[in-house]
Amino acid sequence: MSFLDLKNVTKIYPNGTKAVHETSLSINEGEFMVFVGPSGCGKSTLLRMVAGLEDITEGHINLDGKLINEVDPSERDVAMVFQNYALYPHMNVYNNLAYGLKNRGIDKETIEQKVNDAAKLLQISDFLQRKPSMLSGGQRQRVAMGRAIVRNPKIFLFDEPLSNLDAKLRIQMRLEIKKLQQKVGVTSIFVTHDQVEAMTLADRLAVINDGIIEQLGTPIEIYNNPKSLFVAGFIGSPQMNFLDANLNNKTLSAENFEIKNIESDYNGEVTLGIRPEHLIETENGLINLKVELVEQLGSDNLVYGQIKNIKDFCYRSPGNQTIKKGDTLSLNIEENKYYIFDKSTGKRVN
Amino acid sequence: MTRLITSGFSHFILFIGILIMIVPVWMIFASSTHTGLIINTQGLQMFLGDSFYENYLRVLLYKGGFFKEITALKMFLNSFIMATGVAILSVITSLMAAYALVYFRTKYATLLFWMIFVTILVPLELRIFPTYSVMAELNLVNSYFGLIVPISASAIATLFFRQFYKTVPDELLESAKLDGANTWRFFIDFLLPLSKTMIVAMLIFMFVFGYNQYLWPLLVTSSEQYWTVVMGLKMMSGSIVHRFAFVMMSMVPPILIIIVLQKHFIKGVFQDK
Ligand SMILES: Nc1ncnc2c1ncn2[C@@H]1O[C@H](COP(=O)(O)OP(=O)(O)OP(=O)(O)O)[C@@H](O)[C@H]1O
Ligand SMILES: [Mg+2]
Repeated sequence: MSFLDLKNVTKIYPNGTKAVHETSLSINEGEFMVFVGPSGCGKSTLLRMVAGLEDITEGHINLDGKLINEVDPSERDVAMVFQNYALYPHMNVYNNLAYGLKNRGIDKETIEQKVNDAAKLLQISDFLQRKPSMLSGGQRQRVAMGRAIVRNPKIFLFDEPLSNLDAKLRIQMRLEIKKLQQKVGVTSIFVTHDQVEAMTLADRLAVINDGIIEQLGTPIEIYNNPKSLFVAGFIGSPQMNFLDANLNNKTLSAENFEIKNIESDYNGEVTLGIRPEHLIETENGLINLKVELVEQLGSDNLVYGQIKNIKDFCYRSPGNQTIKKGDTLSLNIEENKYYIFDKSTGKRVN
Repeated sequence: MTRLITSGFSHFILFIGILIMIVPVWMIFASSTHTGLIINTQGLQMFLGDSFYENYLRVLLYKGGFFKEITALKMFLNSFIMATGVAILSVITSLMAAYALVYFRTKYATLLFWMIFVTILVPLELRIFPTYSVMAELNLVNSYFGLIVPISASAIATLFFRQFYKTVPDELLESAKLDGANTWRFFIDFLLPLSKTMIVAMLIFMFVFGYNQYLWPLLVTSSEQYWTVVMGLKMMSGSIVHRFAFVMMSMVPPILIIIVLQKHFIKGVFQDK
């Protein structure tokens, strides 16, 4: 049995909202798991059930070989970092870190030792006597992390802890969280709706939609091999391009091009997905893109344009190319780098 | 220029207000330092006389009442015990009632709260006889317990604490829970320190409330040993200057409490910001 085991976990709120549907998931010891999905998909609810802050309507959660459904959050030995940090406003940083240890009846010297170690690790030693209101956003973030680390819990839970920081600090803290987790080696679940954050942090990633885990896997697996239209659209930046098409006898016919010998026995209406980075410029390519807008990022360009009636089709070109509005580009799809989804169910068919 | 005039004008109004409040108090104080003879022959005095010690000491130590059993000093002690008891007890009960109302998942918490709140519409005077007979049954007439307990449940304080608790973010409770705090610890380690400012304000408020009680102590005490200052004000006999001195002294405890506790009150307000 793995370290954290969720079996057919369902959450129905008292008002009838079904936030999580029969979800099963196993997390190994030391693993960094990320829950990613759009707002309202049930990520926080799932996390909070692990923490014990929400009752589990149906199903079982096992932590470290022990059923914890009925265990009080104070007894679960989990630590959580909240979006707004939830620091204790009336206690200084030292006591914020020490509080959980004090409640466990640990003696004073050990507490001091642990708090000082954690503070050093997070570089907050200079603020130990300050109240949280006298800290910057990034410092508060570190204190919140410190409060989790100092107790050396079985599992860390993060509920969008970076979303209150500005873009630069977010990237920096993202890196630090990853490094810290690797150093401390504690099993972690991290909730976010930012797919870049999810990709960079995760050992494994659970893409959640509408209370269901749509796909579970390493970031690269999910990027290379999305199992559904939703996952394909959610993971990857800029977003995958989607075109309506028809699949018949292994031949895909889109509005103005065809692809033959497709490995699929599916027949019917489909959605064709192509990532912007999987297109290459050639002569006499499949697709003719009429350029409408170019975003120059330096390292590469994001070219947006029109193919017949399809608008905002995106192509990522190398940065050294000069492409102007009004140009027409001839593009090919890299070999086998296209995704075909059943139009009605959204399931992958190739 | 116009600003100067309007601000001058508002200061003038304020000044008048202050005069209206201060002058009578001053006149009583000034008069209380003269001999009875001067007041009786020349009326109220605006300037200090030289009988201050004589008058005030006599009032404090003279045994008054019908049975000549109680000194003003004892009345102050009684009032202080009663007011402090009421203040502390009602703050404790309201803190805990509000805690239960906000944090325990009681199904009818809102209904319960409004039932408590409605008691504001039922003043003590309305329930004074049933309350008295309960105290009489329990043999608590003529005791500090009887003086304090029946008026130590405050719907207003409960309201204030409840509204305050409702503004405390849920994450704080959740975070504390994960840190191993149980129900009591959360109350003691979090809600109490966070509501310090409000606790001090309520202590002042309830102290003055308890100090000002008249009808209830009058009813529940028959022994002069339990007379309070406010009762004494009514019962005092003797020279007019002594009564003035007593009136002056009766104002001291509430003012003192406000001065002493106000420091914490203001400190609390600034620390929270
Ligand atoms: N206490 C509650 N009572 C009723 N419904 C709730 C409650 N909390 C959340 N929900 C509902 O459950 C669903 C999932 O909510 P949840 O907070 O888990 O979303 P989320 O994925 O964390 O979204 P976000 O990214 O916006 O935080 C939503 O539809 C939400 O409206
Ligand atoms: Mg959430």
